Amino acid sequence: MFANLAEKLQETLRRLRGKGKLNEKDVETALREIRLALLEADVNFKVVKEFVAQIRERAVGQEVLKSLTPGQQVVKIVHEELTRLMGREQSRLESASSPPSVLMLAGLQGSGKTTTAVKLALHLRRGGRRPLLVAADIYRPGAIKQLEVLCRSVDLPFYSNEKARPVQICQEAVKQAGREGCDYVILDTAGRLHLDEAMMAELREIKAQLKPVELLLVVDAMTGQDAVNAATAFHRELGLTGIILTKLDGDTRGGAALSVRAVTGCPIKFVGVGEKVDALEPFHPERMASRILGMGDVLSLIEKAEAAIDQEKARELERKLRRQEFTLEDFRDQLQQLRSMGSLEEILAMLPGAAGIPKEVKQLSLSEEQFKRVEAIINSMTVAERRDPSIINGSRRRRIARGSGTTVQDVNKLLSQFAQMQRMFKQMGSMGKKGQLKKLKKGKRGFPFF
Amino acid sequence: MSLLERFKKGLARSREGFSRRLDHLFHRGEIDEEFYLELEEVLIAGDVGVETGLKLVDQLKEEVGRARLKERAAARELLVQLIAARLSAPEAAPLPEERPRVILLVGVNGSGKTTTAAKLAHRYRQEGEKVMLVAGDTFRAAAIEQLEIWASRAGVDLVKQQAGSDPSAVFFDALHAALARKTDVVIGDTAGRLHTKVNLMEELKKIHRVIGRIVPGAPHQVLLVLDATTGHNGLAQAARFHEAVTVDGVVLTKLDGTARGGIVVAVREALDLPVRYVGIGEKMEDLEPFQPEEFTRALLE
Repeated sequence: MFANLAEKLQETLRRLRGKGKLNEKDVETALREIRLALLEADVNFKVVKEFVAQIRERAVGQEVLKSLTPGQQVVKIVHEELTRLMGREQSRLESASSPPSVLMLAGLQGSGKTTTAVKLALHLRRGGRRPLLVAADIYRPGAIKQLEVLCRSVDLPFYSNEKARPVQICQEAVKQAGREGCDYVILDTAGRLHLDEAMMAELREIKAQLKPVELLLVVDAMTGQDAVNAATAFHRELGLTGIILTKLDGDTRGGAALSVRAVTGCPIKFVGVGEKVDALEPFHPERMASRILGMGDVLSLIEKAEAAIDQEKARELERKLRRQEFTLEDFRDQLQQLRSMGSLEEILAMLPGAAGIPKEVKQLSLSEEQFKRVEAIINSMTVAERRDPSIINGSRRRRIARGSGTTVQDVNKLLSQFAQMQRMFKQMGSMGKKGQLKKLKKGKRGFPFF
Repeated sequence: MSLLERFKKGLARSREGFSRRLDHLFHRGEIDEEFYLELEEVLIAGDVGVETGLKLVDQLKEEVGRARLKERAAARELLVQLIAARLSAPEAAPLPEERPRVILLVGVNGSGKTTTAAKLAHRYRQEGEKVMLVAGDTFRAAAIEQLEIWASRAGVDLVKQQAGSDPSAVFFDALHAALARKTDVVIGDTAGRLHTKVNLMEELKKIHRVIGRIVPGAPHQVLLVLDATTGHNGLAQAARFHEAVTVDGVVLTKLDGTARGGIVVAVREALDLPVRYVGIGEKMEDLEPFQPEEFTRALLE
């Protein structure tokens, strides 16, 4: 319905172009779209209500920059507020003044606690720590075994005791950690409903006895409106210190992130992004904001581009494009600049819609390879060839292919793509100035390198 | 405790917040625009989804106008009818007479497939059927052990292979065994997979094909296991799984929490997939046939 809030808003507010200010009625129209978009992203309705009220305050009478459409301006405000709400800074794991530091995980059934526990342990181990994993779920059939098998597969120390009570298991584990020289202890507790009083009492007892430095709630990113109920209950009963959001590798917009953050005030410390045991990433509030808004990570992409692209070079490039003097050398420069922004996969993952389209994601990973190949091909050309590809005949093609470790077909493909690109730039040059960049972006399908 | 009572008990807690608000809303005064706005919010809060929620309100408006209703209480009854009508399904097509009958459980990670498989096995076992569980989740650590424990509790057969083996091969063996042992009902657990993972969905299609090759017409019932706490993503899940292996119905799990599972209304609306069972607890008995009328009343009353 709202594949992209930014587009939707631009459409709604197009008629406002040229106005210096947004009046109240315009803002109300925009706010309705924002409200629906947030609800569609599964942000809790109460959180949405408060949030929209904040936006209203900021948006009314806000000066609209000439270079931006009002729609974009509103999106920018929404994005900023969302980011702010989710915590501007990345939050790190605490550690105890005297080891071992106890990290306790809690959450509903199926939220991904056990997998997360292992991911967290590997994250610590990569940082030179020595974590001990503890299975304290004596209820669900196979739960202890699950953690044990995972630990064995990645060679992590593990502790449990099926015959003991969860609190005892945890206490024994801390002693074990001392003996084995482990500086972190990660407690994987039983998944239970937040309504389950006995279970909450058990968790409270573990907390009281073990005094964890971190009590992390594991939340499924696909959770809907109920996320606030669970988070509120866990926070009230246990006093959380942070959130870990799981299963973010699907196509959920993940509004639950905002909901749990809003009702607990706890930072989101990590996100789980895959089934592999190393698929745990630090939380990026900005990226999450963009995702919730369904607009990819365009804003940080723009920031990255600004940081990476030499303004002087950019102007020169523009000049060349207009005069149709764009050569393979310039093309290589562009590729290098693009690469200095990060891996291509990373960049493309930030584009709207990329998260939900696995087929494209697959193509992206290919592109990184292509990237290197293209660079190798251009590097294997003479300066004269780069400036005037029309002189590249059959024997030159064979030489270039040999030199770059590619095939003549690869060389041909690049040359024809480059020719296509030149044609497009030519069109652009004749079409005039502003507004063309958008069309260029839309045409990206045919130009994997741009 | 009757089935109905237990079901209601399971729903009671999820009903609390929701219906208190609704009562408050419905029993007071006349029908006005604010009433509809609040109603829209209430539906969305129940996870029925924005699109479905707005649609329901629009339809209610229309029918209220047509029936010239003035009282909120009357509008409330109308809404119950609207939602119940949307959720009601024809009786599940009876499973075929020939044996074995094969049921396949699919869904995203953590939705409750393994537990649901056990509950279904228990259910059919209670009906006197010879049941076999198939440990088709060869990926998640100790998923096989988990199902093994359930199988022995339920007193049913289990066919398994080593962790990490090809799930299609597990089903191949299991169905041949089921034919040889004259098993009545085969219930297949599968690994949880996000619906966006192309290769895992292909793996699921392959499982489906292999089953059909050994027992023509099987699987006779593909059930999507959906967590009641799921938001809008439930719709995407249902769509992609349906696309891959033609889902016959939904099992709505974890309805014993505060989540209302309203997304099944949207799933029904968009894909015409009926809910067949609801999971309302962690014990083997905690699986009930879905009753649209009860579900809706419990949700709204």
